[in-house]
Amino acid sequence: MAVASRTSSGPGALQRRGRIRPGDAVLYLVTLAAALSGVVLLALITREVIADAWPAMQKFGLGFLTTQAWGDNNKTLFGAKSFIFGTAVTSLGALLLATPISLAIALFLTELAPRWIRSVVAPLVELLAAIPSVVLGLWGILVLGPFITGTLGPALHGTFGWLPIFSSKPSVGSNMFAAILILTIMIIPIVSSICRELFLGVPSELKDGALALGATRWEVVRGVVFPYARAGIAAALILGLGRAVGEAIAVTQVIGNNVAIHADLFKPGDTLASRIAGQYQGADTALQVASLVYLAVILLVFSLIANLAAQLIVRRVAGRHQMR
Amino acid sequence: MSAQAPSADLFRSERMRRRRIVNAIVEGGATIAALLAVGVLVIVVGSVVKRGWGAIDVDFFTKTPALYTGFGPRPESGIENAIIGTLIIIGLALLMALPVAVLTAIYLNELAPRKLANVLTLAFDVLNGIPAIVLGIFVFVFVVVGHGQAAWKASFALAILMVPMIARSTQEVLALVPASMREASLALGAAKWRTTLSVVLPQAVGGIVTGATLATARAAGETAPLLFTSALYSDAVGYDPRQPLASIPMFIFTSAEQADPVLHQQAWGAAAVLIGIILVASLIARWFADRSVRRLKGER
Repeated sequence: MAVASRTSSGPGALQRRGRIRPGDAVLYLVTLAAALSGVVLLALITREVIADAWPAMQKFGLGFLTTQAWGDNNKTLFGAKSFIFGTAVTSLGALLLATPISLAIALFLTELAPRWIRSVVAPLVELLAAIPSVVLGLWGILVLGPFITGTLGPALHGTFGWLPIFSSKPSVGSNMFAAILILTIMIIPIVSSICRELFLGVPSELKDGALALGATRWEVVRGVVFPYARAGIAAALILGLGRAVGEAIAVTQVIGNNVAIHADLFKPGDTLASRIAGQYQGADTALQVASLVYLAVILLVFSLIANLAAQLIVRRVAGRHQMR
Repeated sequence: MSAQAPSADLFRSERMRRRRIVNAIVEGGATIAALLAVGVLVIVVGSVVKRGWGAIDVDFFTKTPALYTGFGPRPESGIENAIIGTLIIIGLALLMALPVAVLTAIYLNELAPRKLANVLTLAFDVLNGIPAIVLGIFVFVFVVVGHGQAAWKASFALAILMVPMIARSTQEVLALVPASMREASLALGAAKWRTTLSVVLPQAVGGIVTGATLATARAAGETAPLLFTSALYSDAVGYDPRQPLASIPMFIFTSAEQADPVLHQQAWGAAAVLIGIILVASLIARWFADRSVRRLKGER
């Protein structure tokens, strides 16, 4: 019977083999066009943003990066120095706070917690990532700010006042410290959920081996889990940093929007992304618009490099897992 | 010659005690960190609900913001324009993003040579990492400068944000569709396109819905792409996407900057509505994801 059906449809099928079916060609071309949209958008975004920043790039050159000014000299001088400083301080500060907490959460969820706690806590931590940044910023202005000026700030100043970063009492709730705390809250769910998956991927033979040798849980983590997941953790931290650097809304709500460089975290400052967001109601001159877009160019270049690096690390790690 | 008993007591040595203490400290720290994260979530959501609850009544959904001049009784005001604006902006963004994302996933999973697929996926992953404010600036210089703001331009910015997310989750489900189903269809003589659209894609609907819902929920809360594209809106209810339209995130953002405590309360109310929408969407997405993964893994 099988032979019969083959012969009956044989000649037609053989004839069709060499030809490309029109339906297949259409599907192929349409889906290819869609899949190319990622590359096209990346190129278009880069081109458009650089083109519109060009007047400012031409006028200020790389000196833009080392000039601390925004609209000085009757709106003819713009520079990004204080925003680069603010971005570095707030996002590195947030990363410093978020890294141990995120790793600890990931360890709790993979190594310590019983299954039912895991299934409750893991979605809750991910829900933290779902809170819109504008809501977190609202909370930052109206709840966290007063708490910093009223309680946390004076306490930190009282205890660690000899450190330059806490050298004054916060006079307003909008300051770089508030921005650091908000950014910390934003990147913890990102870093911890990536790390949780990394830790789950550590082969249990390795962990069991270490346990059988008499290692404590912490020694297993330090000696087996961390080294195994090292590259992935690095990628997670880069992604977290990228998120912190690019966050505009929540930061602009709490940081105080001041063109200044202070070691003191209780003083207002500003970041690249936050400065752009703060100017949404309109720039006065064409040069100011171009300078604003120049800030976006800096952010774009940073995010392209950071994400490319993180993704390449992730791919290398994934490749290693497949080889095993 | 008798064997000598070990002189060191393995379980009571000073070293073992220290190792156990370090271990206990780390375990305690990890537990505290998890509690801390959950605590922050409870505090933030708690403040939003507690402070926003008082603002939410029927007027909040059916009236537009009323200007209060400081004289006489304060007129009832609400955020109807922002709710409708958000629905229009998000709906359009989904309409733009969904077809592109699904077609992309089909190409990457079903048709592309492996190397090309890897490069294109990398491009989407990098695109996914571009800050929302930069996307806003891009759309601003691309289509707003010289032409003015419009709701559909905000949708365009949000769509760029959504495509990588939806494509990724669609790809993940397509990968779960058993190869035997494709082979069976091809063996029956169906063309590749027919197999892909009628056999493979229907299996992935659950994953597409999940990805689309999650991406929509995330986009609904984004403010940065709206700042330069749909921020200069009027307070009247608008339906025309060629005009800038109000939105819930922009309402929260601008109200929070004001000194008026009544506006603050309304901002909290709007935040509660926004978080409510996002929560419901996430729950629906999770439910769909669980269901479709269960089905594809054969536990019918």
